[in-house]
Amino acid sequence: MVEKTPLLDFLTYAFLILGIFIVGFPIIYSLIAVTLPLEEVSKIPMPIIPGDQFMVNLKEAWTRGDLGTQIFNSFVMATGITVGKIAVSMIGAFSIVYFDYRFRVVAFASVFCTLMLPVEVRILPTYEMAANILSPVQAIWDVLHLDSLMTWFSGHDISVNLNWSLLDSYTGLVLPLVASATCTFLFRQFFLTIPEELCEAAKMDGASPMMFFRKILLPLSKTNIAALVVIEFVYGYNQYLWPLLITTNPKMTTAVIGLQNLIPQADDLPEWNVALCGVLLVMLPPVLVVLFMQRWFVKGLIEKEK
Amino acid sequence: MIKRSFFKSKYLPYLLILPQMAVTLTFFYWPAIQGIIQSFLLSDPFGRRSTFVWFYNYIELFTDPLYLESVFITFVFSLAVAFVSISLGLFIAAMANRALKATALTRTLLIWPYAVAPAISGIMWLFLLHPSYGIVALGIKRWLGIDWNPVLYGSDAMALIVMASAWKQVSYNFVFFMAGLQAIPKSLIEAAAIDGAGPFKRFWFISFPLLSPTFFFLTVMNIIYSFFETFGVIHTVTQGGPGGATNILVYKVYQDGFVGLNLGSSAAQSVVLMSLIIVITFLQFRFVEKKVQYGG
Repeated sequence: MVEKTPLLDFLTYAFLILGIFIVGFPIIYSLIAVTLPLEEVSKIPMPIIPGDQFMVNLKEAWTRGDLGTQIFNSFVMATGITVGKIAVSMIGAFSIVYFDYRFRVVAFASVFCTLMLPVEVRILPTYEMAANILSPVQAIWDVLHLDSLMTWFSGHDISVNLNWSLLDSYTGLVLPLVASATCTFLFRQFFLTIPEELCEAAKMDGASPMMFFRKILLPLSKTNIAALVVIEFVYGYNQYLWPLLITTNPKMTTAVIGLQNLIPQADDLPEWNVALCGVLLVMLPPVLVVLFMQRWFVKGLIEKEK
Repeated sequence: MIKRSFFKSKYLPYLLILPQMAVTLTFFYWPAIQGIIQSFLLSDPFGRRSTFVWFYNYIELFTDPLYLESVFITFVFSLAVAFVSISLGLFIAAMANRALKATALTRTLLIWPYAVAPAISGIMWLFLLHPSYGIVALGIKRWLGIDWNPVLYGSDAMALIVMASAWKQVSYNFVFFMAGLQAIPKSLIEAAAIDGAGPFKRFWFISFPLLSPTFFFLTVMNIIYSFFETFGVIHTVTQGGPGGATNILVYKVYQDGFVGLNLGSSAAQSVVLMSLIIVITFLQFRFVEKKVQYGG
């Protein structure tokens, strides 16, 4: 830096290493624990020399937690949310920025206001909605007394019960989470920075709107998309409340939720080695995504919150 | 508006915005409206009839000592999480910003906890702070002489979930502080150095004030995080216990509504949370204006 401060530099590095160690400690310690047999891991304190039981514990965690199914479910959910969110908000932003229509401001405002409605503040009604996605239609039907109207028309007793449940389905896991104010906002901001001339030139060359979208906007948005892929994959994979609400079938639940069955309770054997094995395995995919796509991740994180 | 050149099409813009609108209407607005209506209704125990009761649910809620305790707990919890994670994040970022040779490595080593789900971080910290097997718990008991037991004592359980929730936020805050610190013009730092300000003075009088927008932004984000996204930590680690000591608002909504099936009360709680997040969002937008003035 500007002046020479050997002591301070030394302290800087010392504190930095200490900080990294503290942040990394839970994982280092877990990595040791998963290699130990049960009688070692329940010793107080646990030995800090790794054992050789890793594969045994891994196998146990894999079968006991049904991790194969659940990690697959998590992948489907995370991928669905990522792709859905980016696609939906990109074409939405395209519509808001590049077309002039009456509904535009209303559309943007209503998407924007969803920022204030995270799933946590509307738990029950959203669950009811997912339990029967046609309930609004049913409600309108009932309010208009269409049943009696139909009965009057046809002369038969008709009652309509619309029911389409999203519980315990991949659609249910993904669909409610694909609307995103922040993603739409990000694409809108980005599209606004794209020079007018590009759009005018495209129009002059006779490109249709969708052609302009495919040939110009999509390639230009590559870095933004890459950044969002990382952020949204992590977001989707780590969802907790929503999958907890709408899945009751253990075959449909996601890995992060399923892990709870592996935690030793008061009366169980303290098989922390197995539990932590599951933990490490389940957290691996998003961690790898973040580490390998670090550049996009940092970009996405900072851009998204602007 | 902002763009001057538009495409002309009668139906295409509607078609493009349709998926977004369909999802927001069915899964955001309809449930939100249902929730608001529900909060003014009282259902009988079998859920067959509901009567309109004006603000009964809200009055019940705010006279319920358990709810008020939950409000208090939530504030303590979110302030503690924000304080721990922001101060650690800032500290590490300040160090990493000085250790210029190791910036990239430091970032790699610190960034990954962000990718860990709060619930998973909860399990790892439960193991570290477990009353009978935890190594950190052992240290606390042996060296600090505290009878540490998060299964029995509310304050210990609170400390456990604060640690588990703050841990992954440290890396989030670190990323933003690092970006903020690197955006500070070198000329300012050098000018101060020529005027004889040492490293500490430069940090306190130049870097720290220039970081204030980042600081404010992160406070808001961390509070939102600890209000809403820590549900997983509570649900896996303490389930609101012991004795309701970690029963934060979001968990209480879930418990009362989904498990206890007290629809009216749960809906009223949801509406309270909704108003809360509206206030927070407005605060955040006032901050966005401020940030423009600072000019990054």
